[in-house]
Amino acid sequence: MERDDRAVFRRPVMAWALLLPTLVILSLFLYYPTIQTFLLSFYQVNFALIFADKIFVGLENYKTVFTDPVYRRVLLNTLLFSGSVVALSLVTGLALAVLANQKVRGARVYRLLLIWPYALSPAVAGVIFLFLFNPQAGVVNYVLGEVFGVRPDWLTDPRLAFLVVVLTAVWKNVGYNVVFYLAALQNLPGEVLEAALVDGATPWQRFFRITLPLLSPMTFFLLVMNSIYAFFDTFAIIDLITRGGPNGATNTLIYSIYRDGFEFFNTGMAAAQSVVLFVGVVLLTMVQFRFGERRVHYGG
Amino acid sequence: MRLSNLWVHLLLILASLVVAFPLLVAFVFSTQTPAEIFRYPPKFWIGSALWDNYARVWTEFNLGLYMKNSAIVAVAVTVGKTAISFLAALALVYFRMPLKGAVFWFILLTLMMPTEIMIVALFELVSGIGWANSYAALIVPFLASATGTFLFRQQFRQIPRSLVDAALIDGVGPLRFAWSVLLPMSMNTVAAMAVIEFVYMWNQYLWPLVIIREGERQVVQVGLRMLTSGQDATNWGLVMAGAVVALLPALVVFLLLQEQLGRGFALSEEKG
Repeated sequence: MERDDRAVFRRPVMAWALLLPTLVILSLFLYYPTIQTFLLSFYQVNFALIFADKIFVGLENYKTVFTDPVYRRVLLNTLLFSGSVVALSLVTGLALAVLANQKVRGARVYRLLLIWPYALSPAVAGVIFLFLFNPQAGVVNYVLGEVFGVRPDWLTDPRLAFLVVVLTAVWKNVGYNVVFYLAALQNLPGEVLEAALVDGATPWQRFFRITLPLLSPMTFFLLVMNSIYAFFDTFAIIDLITRGGPNGATNTLIYSIYRDGFEFFNTGMAAAQSVVLFVGVVLLTMVQFRFGERRVHYGG
Repeated sequence: MRLSNLWVHLLLILASLVVAFPLLVAFVFSTQTPAEIFRYPPKFWIGSALWDNYARVWTEFNLGLYMKNSAIVAVAVTVGKTAISFLAALALVYFRMPLKGAVFWFILLTLMMPTEIMIVALFELVSGIGWANSYAALIVPFLASATGTFLFRQQFRQIPRSLVDAALIDGVGPLRFAWSVLLPMSMNTVAAMAVIEFVYMWNQYLWPLVIIREGERQVVQVGLRMLTSGQDATNWGLVMAGAVVALLPALVVFLLLQEQLGRGFALSEEKG
């Protein structure tokens, strides 16, 4: 694993005592519910009755997730939504970080102005965009109406509603990516970039041939973090702006889990969808471990 | 050179404005009455309801109470998780113990288990314990994390080995060593933890939404939901005032500590 040369204290009992709070909380509130979720996904549970019925149904819930048109739509929405949010967040985040990394007067102030959305919550972003895109009072329709003479009804058109939740999710997320890309840019080995400058590489060549590949470990890290964000944290955005509508157009897995679990009390289906999402997270994490680490050793 | 500098400034100003635009709009309209908001053309300046809107969301719509609840939860988790993670990392780095590799992996794997993934089972567990509608439900499950443990572990491994050798030779025990050497040398990590955890907890939405069903213990993010759904014809001035209020604490903490966040992170990235 790693050089263990700092492990000088030989007091195993004390070591376990120090680890105890962490191990207890992780076991009780992470491992146990995760295992329970797997188990629940094989049952059909109905709390609508006074006596909760719990029937073993094997893989039936999974079959529903992958064959029922409503749930297939949810899976497709999740892929499209996460893909769009991650791609847009990464590109925008990198562009802004490169800008913020320029050595100009007032760079520190500009930096703050570009990273502050890190502190935004999905819920705050959600209600602000709900207002921006309000058909009557929203600023977006005021501008579009003045300039192009159109005032779209954003939240009743499936495609437009999808676009609105994607834009909201990107706005909230971009500060995070700027923070991390900026840290990575400031850590790049200066010699390589200078050597390229001496060799007469144009700024574009330097960026695409040198900076971008050197940033790839960070890009993989952010790819995973942004996907997890798009899978889970965007719940508040969808809940506040569209409630999954119109017509299921913005119903993603996490929203569908919430509905099945806490509105329709269909716990088994909620659990099965959670497992599907969990597998997605595991696969992504494995990709990151594999490709993120291989090139990470540029720092020495 | 000067021309390109000018371009950089222009681009930076433009980008900053685009990023800030939604928030600026939110603030401007948070000061207006419904009549002012729906007038045509809209006025992009401070309206007549600044004090009125903020006072009303704070008292009438209970945001004051929700802010207090959010603050209690976010501070408790930030302090608790920092302490618990510090101790776990102390054991992982400075102690010789059996099964350390297994413990390491046990903690690492939880990186793949966000709370939301097991929300149904966690809900059953926590309400089974009888914690529904309590601070405990919002605090206790979040007191330990892989992120915290590994941030401190990374930091400890950059502190020269000679220091712990010296402590050993002088007969200084592990806890004294942790308190008087490790902690002062890890303040950057403590600050980075404080930002990450405070912002994370302050912004939580789904878990409080399902486990807290009484207004008394609700947090401010879910309070925003009540603002948008609790009225017949939405009063956008109030909703925007709520959004500004709910954003402020996380924004202040972030702006105060953001340099440590970058620095703490840059260090750990360098090591890979």
